[in-house]
Amino acid sequence: MLHLVLFLVFALGCVAGAVNLLAQRHPIDSALSLVVVMGSLAGEYLLLGAEFVAAIQVIVYAGAIMVLFVFVIMLLNAGVEERTPGSRVALLLGVPGMLIGSALVVWLLLERSPTPAVAAGALPGPPQTIAWLLFHDYLLPFEVTSILVLIAIMGAVVLASPPATTKKES
Amino acid sequence: MNITQFILVAVVKIVLAIWLLLTAVAYTVWLERKLVGHIQNRWGPTRVGPFGLLQPLADGMKFIFKEDLTPPHVNKPLYIAAPMISLVFALTSIALIPVGGWVRVAGVNTPLEITEVNMGLLIILGITSLGVYGVALAGWSSNSKYSLLGGLRASAQMVSYEVALGLSLVGVLILAGSFNLREIVDAQSGTFWGVIPRWYIFRWPPQIVGFLIYLTAAYAETNRLPFDLPEAETELVAGYHTEYSSMKFAMFFMAEYANMITVACLASLLFLGGWHGPVAGPAIVRAVLPVFWFGLRVFGFLFLYIWVRGTLPRFRYDQLMAFGWKFLLPLAIANVIVTALIVALRS
Amino acid sequence: MVPLSCYLVLSGTLFACGVVGFLIKRNIITIFMSIELMLNGANLSFVAFAAQWKALSGQIFVFFVMVVAAAEAAVGLAIIIAIFRTRETLNVDRVNLLKL
Repeated sequence: MLHLVLFLVFALGCVAGAVNLLAQRHPIDSALSLVVVMGSLAGEYLLLGAEFVAAIQVIVYAGAIMVLFVFVIMLLNAGVEERTPGSRVALLLGVPGMLIGSALVVWLLLERSPTPAVAAGALPGPPQTIAWLLFHDYLLPFEVTSILVLIAIMGAVVLASPPATTKKES
Repeated sequence: MNITQFILVAVVKIVLAIWLLLTAVAYTVWLERKLVGHIQNRWGPTRVGPFGLLQPLADGMKFIFKEDLTPPHVNKPLYIAAPMISLVFALTSIALIPVGGWVRVAGVNTPLEITEVNMGLLIILGITSLGVYGVALAGWSSNSKYSLLGGLRASAQMVSYEVALGLSLVGVLILAGSFNLREIVDAQSGTFWGVIPRWYIFRWPPQIVGFLIYLTAAYAETNRLPFDLPEAETELVAGYHTEYSSMKFAMFFMAEYANMITVACLASLLFLGGWHGPVAGPAIVRAVLPVFWFGLRVFGFLFLYIWVRGTLPRFRYDQLMAFGWKFLLPLAIANVIVTALIVALRS
Repeated sequence: MVPLSCYLVLSGTLFACGVVGFLIKRNIITIFMSIELMLNGANLSFVAFAAQWKALSGQIFVFFVMVVAAAEAAVGLAIIIAIFRTRETLNVDRVNLLKL
């Protein structure tokens, strides 16, 4: 019972945040709604027992990636977005289509393919086991992603550094 | 323990912890004014009460009775939310910090912290990393250039130093093998040859490098001198809280000092053995002494904070960023690698 | 006890909101955030399936998704800054020439 109530509370937070992201015209309001979505998702992860994932979700997603977004919005002083004909077409065709599609998926999931119930804290993910998997079974993907991050850092530095430095060289 | 007892114990602990924290915040401000005064050859507060000891009370009264100005052209919802976000996250993290072992009061066994969580350290890091939003939103919603510059500087600085801060703790985590703060502290009990305490800064491999990185990064995380660029008053008026007055300003102020206390608590728990120290005497003294030793360490860190503030000049912003990314971060990674290598070779 | 399908429906809803945002939003930063929302929706199904099949690999994949999202955010925001520097707009409809 408590599990269901907690699930519904966090799910409400997620959906409200996601809808607010779409409804808000200013990017900073959208960014804050996304932070709410990520915080509520961390709650859902805790319900599923994935405590380490929940902690990392808050630290990395809410605490680092979204701060980066807010930082860029502040830096570029982004204003309210303007609507264009393209977005109206997308609004008229896309939203009904998406609603029909997701209703279909919901119906399929809830009615046609009964799934077993998941207990609260169904699969605890202690850091020791996750570390073993990450550095033993998934070592190669781990190393590849670390190279990916390195490339991303260098790319970001090159892209974001002002072009004035290249002028000085030439 | 039945449910009423549980709720009662929880409420008592929450009230005690918040009361202790807010008193500590108030008297850290007094200590800072007094110490910086003496460092600068002045007296500091002397008028209100003996040694100015009632000054925090007077300050609080002043903040409450000041007019709460909301400048025009601000983004009102965010302008009001920003100080609350700052203060809430600063106060929440104290819930996970243990200040002593288990105690038995009126037949109830309870740990000396609001709640014991397995992932305590990670959750504290997560909560403190959310505190950036308060500062960034304050800077943005004030719609003033000084605030915006302060907010931008703050968010960039806090995100940068958070990386070094997190990595400096990894050495201790490798040695302790746990995220649970209580287990980390209990691994540091006892002494070597009866003299040197088994704190992580004295262990092999020594975590003294990690400790120094943590200390430096913590100064930047809490926006204190020599890294107080977000509120550098000589260039930015007051940085992100330029447009705030009355209790809203006081909330930022309290959040800064509460964060200082959290960081000091973490430093003593992770590197300096938490509440462990010589314990002797009757039962009541035995129960109180660990908390006293813990408080003494936290006081030492706060003293160091204020001492550094009174001594060092401010960094330039590019120096701050270069220092964080080009010096502290590689050093922290080197510390992790060396510690991991030594532990791996030893086992 | 909550049926697994509830988690999947929530995950699908978040993903759908991300898709809608991607389509109707015209601010390049908000479009970027919609992508993050889709990734988050996918992450939830990973964790939910991990709980159902009692396999921790599902949780490991969330870490990889997070790392990729972080890398993507860093590069993407750098590109946004570079575009803003030359075009002085964040509206994707105004960035319709294949040159700077």
